[in-house]
Amino acid sequence: MKTTDRPTEATNSAATSAVGSSPRLLLPLKSQDFDRAHKLESNVSMAMDALWANRLRSLLTALGIIIGVASVIAAFTMTQGVSANVTNTISSLGTNLIFITPGTNNTTSGGGGVSGGSNGTKRSIGSIAPTGITQSLTQGDAQAITDGPTRIPDVAAVSSVISSANQQVISGSQNWITTVQGVNASFLSIHNWSIEEGNWFSSSDDQAGKLVAVLGQTVYQQLFADIGEDPLGKTILIGNAPYRVVGVLPVQGGASNSDNMIYVPFTTALNRLNNSRYVDQILVQVDDPGNVGTVQQAITSLLEQRHRITKGMADDFNLTTSQQLLQTFNQSISLFTALLVGIASISLTVGGIGIMNIMIVSVTERTREIGLRMSLGAGRQDIRNQFLIEALTLSLVGGTIGLLIGLLLGYGITAGLAIPFVITPISLALPFAVSAGIGVIFGFYPAARAARLDPVVALRSL
Amino acid sequence: MNINKDMRKYTASLASAEPDGATPGAHQATPHVVNADNQERPLIIIHQLHKTYLLGQTRVHALRGVSIEISRGDFVAVRGPSGSGKTTFMNILGCLDRPSQGSYWLANHEVGQMSNQQLARVRNRMIGFVFQNFNLLSRATAMSNVELPMIYAGLSKELRTQRARQALQLVGLGTRLDHLPAQLSGGQQQRVAVARALVNSPSLLLADEPTGNLDSRTSVEIMAILQALHEQGLTIVLVTHEPDIAAYATRQIVFHDGRLLRDEPVSAPRDARAEWSVLATQNPDEDY
Repeated sequence: MKTTDRPTEATNSAATSAVGSSPRLLLPLKSQDFDRAHKLESNVSMAMDALWANRLRSLLTALGIIIGVASVIAAFTMTQGVSANVTNTISSLGTNLIFITPGTNNTTSGGGGVSGGSNGTKRSIGSIAPTGITQSLTQGDAQAITDGPTRIPDVAAVSSVISSANQQVISGSQNWITTVQGVNASFLSIHNWSIEEGNWFSSSDDQAGKLVAVLGQTVYQQLFADIGEDPLGKTILIGNAPYRVVGVLPVQGGASNSDNMIYVPFTTALNRLNNSRYVDQILVQVDDPGNVGTVQQAITSLLEQRHRITKGMADDFNLTTSQQLLQTFNQSISLFTALLVGIASISLTVGGIGIMNIMIVSVTERTREIGLRMSLGAGRQDIRNQFLIEALTLSLVGGTIGLLIGLLLGYGITAGLAIPFVITPISLALPFAVSAGIGVIFGFYPAARAARLDPVVALRSL
Repeated sequence: MNINKDMRKYTASLASAEPDGATPGAHQATPHVVNADNQERPLIIIHQLHKTYLLGQTRVHALRGVSIEISRGDFVAVRGPSGSGKTTFMNILGCLDRPSQGSYWLANHEVGQMSNQQLARVRNRMIGFVFQNFNLLSRATAMSNVELPMIYAGLSKELRTQRARQALQLVGLGTRLDHLPAQLSGGQQQRVAVARALVNSPSLLLADEPTGNLDSRTSVEIMAILQALHEQGLTIVLVTHEPDIAAYATRQIVFHDGRLLRDEPVSAPRDARAEWSVLATQNPDEDY
């Protein structure tokens, strides 16, 4: 070992600061210094640096995920909103209602799919009367359910409904086309509605066939509110007969258009608006939701008897409960959601392939860097984890951006359609989970490729 | 593995061994020597190293039975024409590659047959690399570059920052911690690389043509740093094809056709520091 001279200070000038002083080697490390810090934090910051350095490329790569997640979230909020809207409407009817409608093989149960279901919903909730369907229900049927020897137990109330669409209503100088429904006095309590102004008509009004009317909110707006008139006590002309307005209903909203409706007593409608003795619907309120099934069966046998339907013949009427409506509707929504998920998977797979592609390119570009890291002591796991975390970061950032854009879009659309904006914890958590999964799955192959590089070969490459 | 037993077997075999084709250095023909600084075992013991690999269809026999010992504190220059096996030798020395045959002991560990994971650890904690083309991460600052080996060693953030700063000050770049490689000259970049190589306190520094991409003046500066480190006790193995650079070392080995042709001490090594002080006074305004 040669003897060492401590260098003189004379050689210590600014330009020789490295060389002039005697550089001391660093203190050796102790074994407990090692393996203290987790490499995750450094990996994540290295990944973010790498992605930020190639901002445009990272953005374009993540675009697949962003678009996939955004479109799924936006569509999902829409379906959730529609679903909540309809479900609210159906639920507000109460879970103990049975709708009896005429016609054979109605589309309210099963077969009709989305459009049939929603049409059935609308029909049962009481909007436009079905045309071209064989009439079969009468007021006698309704009375048989509640009175006399054929009375069915557990029935709380019944209302017949006559529906007359496209009626022109005139009030002073205003006119409007709307639907007029003739209903019994029990109709209001069966639906559990409240009256906003004035009163509902009474059963004596009904029996006397009085010319009174209760306005739905839309009709009220069109005929009175727009010109600032108070409707109560005013006379409106329906089919050339004068009716006195006795009440106004509040906004119902929802999936039925009961806001664009005028309600008159059943007998009045029977006498003046209907040209047959048939009714369009019978509404039955069961006292307890648990009894709906038995009441449904009892009504069916009663009506089969009354309509003289023998075994083997199809019924000329249909019974639907709000539970069934909900069920049908949920089936349709599930189908639609499944379709949505399928399309989303395709779009996200494409996004994932984009990520895999770019990661492979990245690995090839950085072969020399990988070789260097290996020479500094990075093991195969370290290299693999580094690239895996890069892919994961890319997909998670894409998923987050997609989620935000999707929520924004969903909010805009649901606000525009006036349906509720529903966010569930699942709809927030799922994009993250799915994006992370995509990052891991599609990032794995490039990361494994990187880890398998031979350091000597890697260092030699350009 | 019983180190002591293996070592005794090895020294016994040395005593009875016939010299191989290459002319060994004087101390190899005698039983195991205790070297001058009283350390029992040399840092590096290589015995009958062979390496063959396939290049397309041809089998290349890059190393044909190389045996050598390098003691702690040696400064060895490895020379030889291209194709002589010196690069392959360096790769094996640096645990980047494994020998096909033969044994390689580094600081009492037989690294020749270690797994990839173990080799990575050895590279991280016992070896420091300096490359011809610096091999710095272009997007990272000098500090981040120097921290890299410590990240893989799992050192805490505070310790990493402290040691990185120390290492950069050691090579005279204490004012350029946050510079990117693009903002540094070639010489400065190589100094960052040296700092990076030192930061885990390795036992061995391997330099592969460290001055290959530098001009003559900066080469002197880098060699001065290496010599200064050597004076502190660091073992350095330097590959070069330039005899001028090899002259800074204290021992020279020459490869030829996969074998050691010569292994001799350097009689009068150049003093880089002295040369540098002359150069610096000649052009004091140039800050490389």
